[in-house]
Amino acid sequence: MKSVALHSKRTLILLKSFTIILFFAFSLSSYSQEVDEARQQEGKKLFKSLCASCHKLDKKLVGPALGGVEARREREWLIKWIRNNAELRASGDRDAIAIFEEYNGSAMSAFPQLTDQNIDDILYYTTVGDPKPKVDPAAAEVVATGGGGSTAPSWLIYILAAAIVVAFLMIASLLKQVSELKGNKSPEIKSDLKRDLQELWEGVKQNTFLKVVTTIFLLLMGAYVGFGTLFKVGVDQGYSPLQPIAFSHKIHSGDNKIDCQYCHSSAKHSKHSGIPSVNVCMNCHKNIAEVAEGTVVEWDGVTYGKAELDKEIAKIYTAAGWDPEALEYTGDTKPIKWIRIHNLPDFAYFNHSQHVTVGGLVCQTCHGPVEEMDEMYQFSPLTMGWCINCHRETKVDLKGTEYYDKIHKELAKKYNVGQVTVAQLGGLECGKCHY
Amino acid sequence: MASDKKYWKSVEELTNSSFVETLSKNEFVQEIPTDTFLGDKETLANSSTSRRDFLKYVGFTTAAATLAACEGPVKKSIPYVVKPNDIIAGVADWYATSMADGYDFANILVKTREGRPIQIMPNKDAKGTTSARVQAAVLSLYDEKLRLKNPTKGGEKISWSDADKEIGTALNKLKDANTPVVLLTGTLASPSTERIIQEFIVAYPNVTHVIYDAVSESAAADAMLAMYGKRALPKYHLDKASTIVSFGADFLGDFHGGFEKQYVAGRKPETGAMSYHVQFESNMSLTGANADKRIVTKPSDQIFALINLFKEITGSSVASKATPVDAQVKQMAATLKKAGSKGVVMTGINDKNAQLVALAINKALNSEIVDVNNTLNIRQGNEADVNQLIKDMNAGKIGGLLSYNVNPLYSLPNATEFTNGLKKVSLTVALSTENNETVNASNYVLPTSHFLESWGDTQFDEITYGLMQPTIQPLFSTRQLQDTLLGWSGNTTKYYDYLKAFATNTILNGSSWNTALHNGFFTREITNTTYTSEISVTQAAMQLSNYAKKASGFELQLYIKTGLGDGKQANNPWLQEFPDPITRVSWDNYLTMSMADARELGFTNPVKDNGAIDGDYAKVTVNGKEVTVPVMIQPGQAKGSVGLSLGFGRTFGLKEEMQVGVNAYPLYVNANNIQFGVTIEKVSGTHQFACTQVQKTIAGRHDILKVASLKEYKTVEPKDHHHGWNKPSYVSYDHKEVEANTIDLWDEHNRELGHHFNLSIDLTSCTGCGACVVACHAENNVPVVGKREVRVGRDMHWLRIDRYYSSEVESREEAKELGLSRAKMYEGLETEAENPEVTFQPMMCQHCNHAPCETVCPVAATTHGRQGQNQMTYNRCVGTRYCANNCPYRVRRFNWFNYANNNEFDFNLNNEYGKMVLNPDVVVRSRGVMEKCSMCIQMTQATILKAKKEGRAVNTDEFETACSSACTTGALVFGDVNNKKDKVATLAKDKRAYNVLDYLQTKPNVIYQVKIKNTNEA
Repeated sequence: MKSVALHSKRTLILLKSFTIILFFAFSLSSYSQEVDEARQQEGKKLFKSLCASCHKLDKKLVGPALGGVEARREREWLIKWIRNNAELRASGDRDAIAIFEEYNGSAMSAFPQLTDQNIDDILYYTTVGDPKPKVDPAAAEVVATGGGGSTAPSWLIYILAAAIVVAFLMIASLLKQVSELKGNKSPEIKSDLKRDLQELWEGVKQNTFLKVVTTIFLLLMGAYVGFGTLFKVGVDQGYSPLQPIAFSHKIHSGDNKIDCQYCHSSAKHSKHSGIPSVNVCMNCHKNIAEVAEGTVVEWDGVTYGKAELDKEIAKIYTAAGWDPEALEYTGDTKPIKWIRIHNLPDFAYFNHSQHVTVGGLVCQTCHGPVEEMDEMYQFSPLTMGWCINCHRETKVDLKGTEYYDKIHKELAKKYNVGQVTVAQLGGLECGKCHY
Repeated sequence: MASDKKYWKSVEELTNSSFVETLSKNEFVQEIPTDTFLGDKETLANSSTSRRDFLKYVGFTTAAATLAACEGPVKKSIPYVVKPNDIIAGVADWYATSMADGYDFANILVKTREGRPIQIMPNKDAKGTTSARVQAAVLSLYDEKLRLKNPTKGGEKISWSDADKEIGTALNKLKDANTPVVLLTGTLASPSTERIIQEFIVAYPNVTHVIYDAVSESAAADAMLAMYGKRALPKYHLDKASTIVSFGADFLGDFHGGFEKQYVAGRKPETGAMSYHVQFESNMSLTGANADKRIVTKPSDQIFALINLFKEITGSSVASKATPVDAQVKQMAATLKKAGSKGVVMTGINDKNAQLVALAINKALNSEIVDVNNTLNIRQGNEADVNQLIKDMNAGKIGGLLSYNVNPLYSLPNATEFTNGLKKVSLTVALSTENNETVNASNYVLPTSHFLESWGDTQFDEITYGLMQPTIQPLFSTRQLQDTLLGWSGNTTKYYDYLKAFATNTILNGSSWNTALHNGFFTREITNTTYTSEISVTQAAMQLSNYAKKASGFELQLYIKTGLGDGKQANNPWLQEFPDPITRVSWDNYLTMSMADARELGFTNPVKDNGAIDGDYAKVTVNGKEVTVPVMIQPGQAKGSVGLSLGFGRTFGLKEEMQVGVNAYPLYVNANNIQFGVTIEKVSGTHQFACTQVQKTIAGRHDILKVASLKEYKTVEPKDHHHGWNKPSYVSYDHKEVEANTIDLWDEHNRELGHHFNLSIDLTSCTGCGACVVACHAENNVPVVGKREVRVGRDMHWLRIDRYYSSEVESREEAKELGLSRAKMYEGLETEAENPEVTFQPMMCQHCNHAPCETVCPVAATTHGRQGQNQMTYNRCVGTRYCANNCPYRVRRFNWFNYANNNEFDFNLNNEYGKMVLNPDVVVRSRGVMEKCSMCIQMTQATILKAKKEGRAVNTDEFETACSSACTTGALVFGDVNNKKDKVATLAKDKRAYNVLDYLQTKPNVIYQVKIKNTNEA
């Protein structure tokens, strides 16, 4: 027994001195402002994955703020606490019990898997904090969202414009020749635009052929423009209304790689993709009350920085009735009135689950690069022609679904193809979408 | 022979055949009503608006509208703050619950979308069935006009706590003075509520509970009490019956809540045995229409016939009277004796003695069909108690009246006495879901929740314990009766906890509460009891005979219509527009009269050239009470009798459009559905009926209905060229008679791939109840168009049930041989019209594989789907109506107006509450487009999608339509004929299967099964 006790005493002394040395080394390094970036990164990674759901460096969350915790607690105590705080409390440690009681008895998970090195890294991170943001000129640059714009064939307009210019030039030279032939050769041709145009007009008026050609031309132009305009009535491609919260899909889906269906979970079950209820936002935002330093969002032509974006997050708290100071729900909820971007007319039936679960389409097929959009906009025209084209071209993956087993074989035989398209499966029938 | 019968749809068609031709010509000639704005020449001439101005305005408004249309409206999307776990937007949730509104009782499933109930279907696991009224009850939930929204005192709003305090004080005062207080309710059939009432009575011993049913079956319950010691209604297992004899019992209608499921289960020709059903009745009821043999008998004769049958069977001697139907009675006595325990006799006469006689006959037969153990609790009303209450109130003895969901001021024959009595009661509290006359006359009004918003339990029969659960948050500030009574009794338990404890402790017998709630019912075990009765039936028969001897003058039989029932749901537009299965009249009640009597008294039903029917008014006097009602001539009505339905003529609080018909309750003296000594006098005036009957003539094409006898079915080859009862049509091709299906104009579609939907309709099983019609309304957002529009033939029912009268006379060939003209041929039928045979035929889009409508559409708005459905694309339709013109089945419906958001059509689609019943998967059609049955493509698509998502093939019989799932008797069977295991695949090849108008070669996907009648037994 004695030897064991002695041994452990020795170990204790050794450990203590080691700690002191370490502490000094640590203090020195921190005093010297030399940050060990590797350790800092490692610590941050661990902290984000294991601790961040309950702790912040500078703020109380579920548990206490951990910035500079090493200055407040002994390292050894911390290691014990982190490994298994319940054991520590069971051993009758007063500090441990006091903290447990201070936080209303909410128990912290045990982390027996963490090595000393791991814990050191975490503690190191809590001391030195986040890496200072490097000023990156590229980051400040705003990614333009493009705003959709029409996909009308612009080349056609250019060709038409060119054709008009050529036509006018031809007419001008023709007129010139005509007047020259008539002998009204005016010796001094001054570049007078008004007179030129007048001449042109007179020439056109006199020449029946030109009159007819011009009329036909104008009629065709009118028809083209009119047709194009009318066809766009009700087509809201690029529609990007101002939403009540400056929510950036880019930050969520692009930067943080949150799966679309984490929030739009009903897309795989229902005809609606569903706008997430506020409790889904709160799954994460209970802990994330602010954006990272330097986050920038371009919102309706205005650049939103951290200050503005944090206010936007606060709007979720208002909606959910969450008091971020007291960290509790007040029960005073205010549902968020989002503005619907993708609107189909009532007579068209669309089912998300058919496309997402059965068809296996990714959301981007119709909704475009959502992960790059700060401000969401309607990417596709959502016209019937657009639907039909896709149905004509999309080959159906029939494998592994018992439903398709029989029909696949028969259809493939009938159409003499390896894989049938949606259209060949009956996806062009009116009644499949209109009822 | 089946095809030799002549079918006709109205008396007019018989008596005035030229009119039929006019009609068939006029059917689709409906001019644009330019007269309404161009007819008034004077106004036009005086108008300051010149033609030029007019064009300017038109131009400007068109341009403005176009510009305005470019800017889409901003649509908001508001998600939940905390989403409930079981709700996924866009996915329907189904809940098992029960309906109990005091008159209709059913174990049901409720479909909800985003927390709104949108449809009611039968809970088939609980052997539940739905009628048109049960189906329509979901719309009554959203009746913002009639439902009570806040507690009130003397018309002023009051808070719940104040109301409780004040009523509590008043109740205590009455208790201290020991002044009687009466709790007046309809039949509750709820064990836990009965327990709560008992506890309330313990807390307030001065309270008595009186049960009052507007439409009473008190006599039947009293007879059961006398004979079996139990005040309940017997159950009839008609599925096991071989002979059914009914004296005016409408057991497919309201008699004991209806037995159609059991009845049809015993009438399946393919089993080789069908029950033989004989109906003695005066009014043409749904039951009589379905009978194998209907014997026209006026009410007093029904009574004598019943007594005569009793004499024949038991051999006892009672002074009776000879009736014109005695020969048939004798015959039936023999048949019943032969049937023995498989025979059953029922009577619908609400007279204790008559009920006793019927029970005694069944006892003598040792009938297994009558179940006196597993009895029904759905009509507990007690006339004697109610009459005593009125007497006591008028004597000033009653201190308080708490009424719950009853409206005696409307439904009592002596309503004025009740009103006078009510004025002498110091505390009157109305607990009611809907506003009505009685509510209006009470000082305190406490709104109660609709059954779809309530917790509860039910016990319709002895073995099925049903549970009721809310399917929506209460729409208004309402509270359940049970919570109110618990509170007043000083019990602080919430009713939900009370119910859970009650069910767990006394009913569920160790089974899980959650399972029972999920299933919506729990099956109990019962022990049979024996009871020795002291009652002398001979004496009862004697009294009955004496009662019937008082008969004089016209005899009035009051009845219940399939649509409106006892009138509780009179403000429900679906039910008002629902055509009566027999007369096909909607939005009205009327005096039904036999053709002979009508001729004698000078009543007619002239038909206008637009297909609308008019009627003359009659003043009906019974016991000094008069009502003036229009007359409808009814083939099959017993001479010397008239019929009038209850449930109409409600006015208080109802929308103006719903205030139709005449209140017949004042004539319902002593809750007796038979009244003697009726005088009828023709009075001036013309009534305009909204009748869907004559507008769709069959234009002489008489092969659409096929009926055969059971004997023919068993012995004759169905396709036999000469005698076959299901022979195919022949057409002339190349001057040769060939089977119609051998030649065709069109190429065949490839039908082997994928699904191919068929709907089979068994005319033997279809009783014409119309539950499918209302189910179709709910599923497909079919609009209500109102009386005026129905009258001119613009009803929108996608599914209608045609009713054809027929008589077994001359074939067309015979008529030819006799050299009769067409008109004479029809005349020859007239004599038989005194008692026609009736056949119901559900008719909807036939989804022809070679559809005539598709070929004539100029814009290809109606096209054929590979799965067999004829698809109607509303957004493509430009409203030429060519398709309707070219449809031989007349099933296409045109939207003459916008029926939604239109004050001219102030029905459920014109208010925010009523619109909550809309099915979000089906579009609301706009003006100017054609619509029709889609074979519930939204349901078939949903079934397919479900299978695909689960990575499996569609299960056998998984496909359903709204009508097929609502059908109580299983007459409508829907499925995929390419799945050989589906029921419909077999039915499509059945020897009874045929297509309507098969000689047109439209190749419909709706198959009818020849109606088989058991006419050979007698």
